[in-house]
Amino acid sequence: MPSATHTSASHTRHRLSSALRELLPPAALLCDAEEMRPYECDGLSAYRELPLLVALPDTIDQIRAVLAVCREYGVPVVARGAGTGLSGGALPNADGVLLSLARFNRILEIDEHNRTARVQPGVRNLAISQAAAPLGLYYAPDPSSQIACSIGGNVAENAGGVHCLKYGLTVHNIQALTFLTIEGDLISVGGAALDAPGYDLLALMTGSEGMLGIIVEIVVKLLPRPERAQVVLAAFNDIAKAGAAVAAIIGAGIVPAGLEMMDGLALRAAEEFVHAGYPTDAAAILLCELDGINEEVSERILQVRDVLNRCGATAIRTARDENEHALLWAGRKAAFPAVGRLAPDYYCMDGTIPRGRLPEVLEKIEKMSGRFGLAVANVFHAGDGNLHPLILYDANRPEELELAERFGGEILELCVAVGGTITGEHGVGIEKIDQMCVQFPAPALEQFHALKRAFDPCGLLNPGKAVPTLHRCAEFGAMHVHGGRLPFPELERF
Amino acid sequence: MAAGFHFPNWSVSEAMSSIPHDTPAPGGAHDNSGELQELVRVAMHSGAPLWITGGGSKGFYGRPVSGTPLTTSTHRGIVAYDPSELVLTVRAGTPLREVEAVLADQDQMLAFEPPHFGESATIGGAIATGLSGPRRPYAGAARDFVLGVKLITGQAEIVAFGGRVMKNVAGYDVSRLVTGALGTLGVLLEVSLKVLPRPPVDLTLVQHRRTAEAIEVMNIWARRSLPLSGCWYDGDRLYVRLSGAESAVRAAHDKIGGEIPANAQEIWLALREQRLSFFSGPLPLWRVAVAPASAALEVPGKWLIDWGGAQRWLKTDADAETVRRSAAEHGGHATLFRGSDLSGAVFHPLAPALFALHRRVKNAMDPRNIFNPGRMYPDL
Ligand SMILES: Cc1cc2nc3c(=O)[nH]c(=O)nc-3n(C[C@H](O)[C@H](O)[C@H](O)COP(=O)(O)OP(=O)(O)OC[C@H]3O[C@@H](n4cnc5c(N)ncnc54)[C@H](O)[C@@H]3O)c2cc1C
Repeated sequence: MPSATHTSASHTRHRLSSALRELLPPAALLCDAEEMRPYECDGLSAYRELPLLVALPDTIDQIRAVLAVCREYGVPVVARGAGTGLSGGALPNADGVLLSLARFNRILEIDEHNRTARVQPGVRNLAISQAAAPLGLYYAPDPSSQIACSIGGNVAENAGGVHCLKYGLTVHNIQALTFLTIEGDLISVGGAALDAPGYDLLALMTGSEGMLGIIVEIVVKLLPRPERAQVVLAAFNDIAKAGAAVAAIIGAGIVPAGLEMMDGLALRAAEEFVHAGYPTDAAAILLCELDGINEEVSERILQVRDVLNRCGATAIRTARDENEHALLWAGRKAAFPAVGRLAPDYYCMDGTIPRGRLPEVLEKIEKMSGRFGLAVANVFHAGDGNLHPLILYDANRPEELELAERFGGEILELCVAVGGTITGEHGVGIEKIDQMCVQFPAPALEQFHALKRAFDPCGLLNPGKAVPTLHRCAEFGAMHVHGGRLPFPELERF
Repeated sequence: MAAGFHFPNWSVSEAMSSIPHDTPAPGGAHDNSGELQELVRVAMHSGAPLWITGGGSKGFYGRPVSGTPLTTSTHRGIVAYDPSELVLTVRAGTPLREVEAVLADQDQMLAFEPPHFGESATIGGAIATGLSGPRRPYAGAARDFVLGVKLITGQAEIVAFGGRVMKNVAGYDVSRLVTGALGTLGVLLEVSLKVLPRPPVDLTLVQHRRTAEAIEVMNIWARRSLPLSGCWYDGDRLYVRLSGAESAVRAAHDKIGGEIPANAQEIWLALREQRLSFFSGPLPLWRVAVAPASAALEVPGKWLIDWGGAQRWLKTDADAETVRRSAAEHGGHATLFRGSDLSGAVFHPLAPALFALHRRVKNAMDPRNIFNPGRMYPDL
């Protein structure tokens, strides 16, 4: 029942829903609070909001119709794939429409000869590799969420995964996109060739977090399955030594298919959860996967073992068979949920740093953990320098969420300070919007806003996400003075 | 990289002093960003267009620009290079051969194998044109290795985008947007690039094939786990390059077979630099990019097939319409790469809605329309 304070919202909802009911089948529209509940947050559940309505179109014309109505009423539109995002990118706008792409779940074509797949945005990441498997092909980027996350969401976040060290991120593995602009133009970028004429809008759209257009079709590249893949596990009694070993492997001219690190807390949690056979007395482990032609893998394994030994590994183990290989990775892939069992809540950070700074940054995070009184588990894409500190907290304890967020904010600022970035693959969303002010000066942010206006002049696509307004940065800066220097001194304070 | 665990974290001066004497001496590091920014500021106020060049080696590429010359070739030097990070940050005017020499010294390389097209080629020009060499289908294009850029924007501000780390999704990907934009979106001052270790072994093999068979076999190889790093066909001989660990290259050789030519390195260099006899002669040269497994295109003329089928060079006097239609039928596009009259359409025309978006993007980056206007398309 609408309360007095909600009359204007319910009025808009009413007008919108009657307009949309004309254009969409009944099952494609949810207006009831309980029906909309599953859409109130993405993977970052600390932020929740119910939209005015949820639209679940299943044709491009229906999406276009939704956009037209939203434009007519000046109502924001937030796209949503599978809702596994970790930065609140798909958080609904209370005054807007949540546009789910879940029904766009068809693999339209697999072109064996040109090694591509044409898919709808709601297709799950893993489903592509499964469909291509009979041809000996696969889609390389493999986020840990790959059984659930959508390829559209992957494009919107430029998602990475364990194998991105060698095979690249989403942006390196897609060839074409079709998207709808808020004005209803259907635009295709990229093509069947390896490049396209004009500006690289394919790259600009990738990682744009639903701010520039609604992606309705994607052509991904498929790669041949490597002849052999083998994983080496190395244990260390000191996390800094493990960090140094990462730089040493890369420095030795080896590009592993994946190079992941787990610290003591994370590896023990994972061990308890899936019994992967991890050495539970280690301070950290590295998982290093080598792939390629059989002979090459054998040669590389010897080299890697040699490097690991010299870096002070206390134990080194090579997976003996397919089973053990799968088990060693299962522990890594289950690490987030495993750590999730250690505390009522955890908060996942995503900064990236130059690999060489790993030992120092890990040490500093440990010190911060003591200062904030919150435990932190590290499980991350070490080869890329992409950290995922998981801050453990209990949302039911007063102020612990806020404490966790402050701790997280400090980690991100540390990443920027050592020459890195606040987000390697999870996106800015709503979560890291303030830290954008730390990473980018005003002219860069203004440039981002200008690009946004080029695609979405009325600012209706996912407003308030990804790029902060300069005023927001001024407010944040006022609360947050670094070394006595105010960012954005030119702006008036509030 | 030398054996052992020595990871130099170079500053500019160390980087320069460790270059062996037999590599070209660097022209000296010089930060000229202040002067370049001033030129842009003046242009911004007057609205008079700038004609941006690096070393001028790729001046032939794209449509002619009339404007006040602005050259980045004085803004040069390596800003940071740490081999164990696989990242190089370099000023735009740094000669490409100097960049390659510094990398080679550490057994590393630019994996997209940029063509030089002349002694004077700069890294800025390589990124602004976005051109890539024979390794492209297997290792990635110029844009795939760009991690960050520093630009003079259309507001005459010096702004950095992206960064020096492998993964970075903070903000829109302006770094890749300006790669290949032919200087129409900003003046490139600095780029950070991902570099890769040089494979220990390269092996080139030659096989005699008919066209249809050559295209087919290139694409069959690409579907298998093989250490390919180049694959091209001259109408009779199919050249394939394998790169990687010695064991991998040997095993792949056994699988695909072929003769080992005497002058392998020169062959790939001549291909990349368009010094093969195929590229000479008065007829216009088209770059036709298509889906790699496309059958031979019908357009009459001389063809050379590179990139495992994805990039095809065509010497023809057929009209542009014919060439473009054929490219589009195979999912691709055609560029008039070299010709006597480049004042018309050089690049493949864009669909109207896409072109309108290009104009808006251009306007967002360069609101006064001062950077290389018309170099890519008329009215852009
Ligand atoms: C346990 C766990 C592990 C994870 N591991 C990884 C990992 O290893 N690597 C990694 O990169 N990420 C990881 N993630 C994060 C997340 O899975 C990725 O960001 C993923 O790409 C999100 O896809 P989604 O379909 O769930 O998108 P959503 O969460 O639904 O949306 C994400 C963003 O994309 C936009 N969007 C979605 N679809 C479209 C569309 N069709 N058009 C335009 N915009 C659209 C949304 O507006 C939003 O801004 C993990 C998440 C979890 C929960």
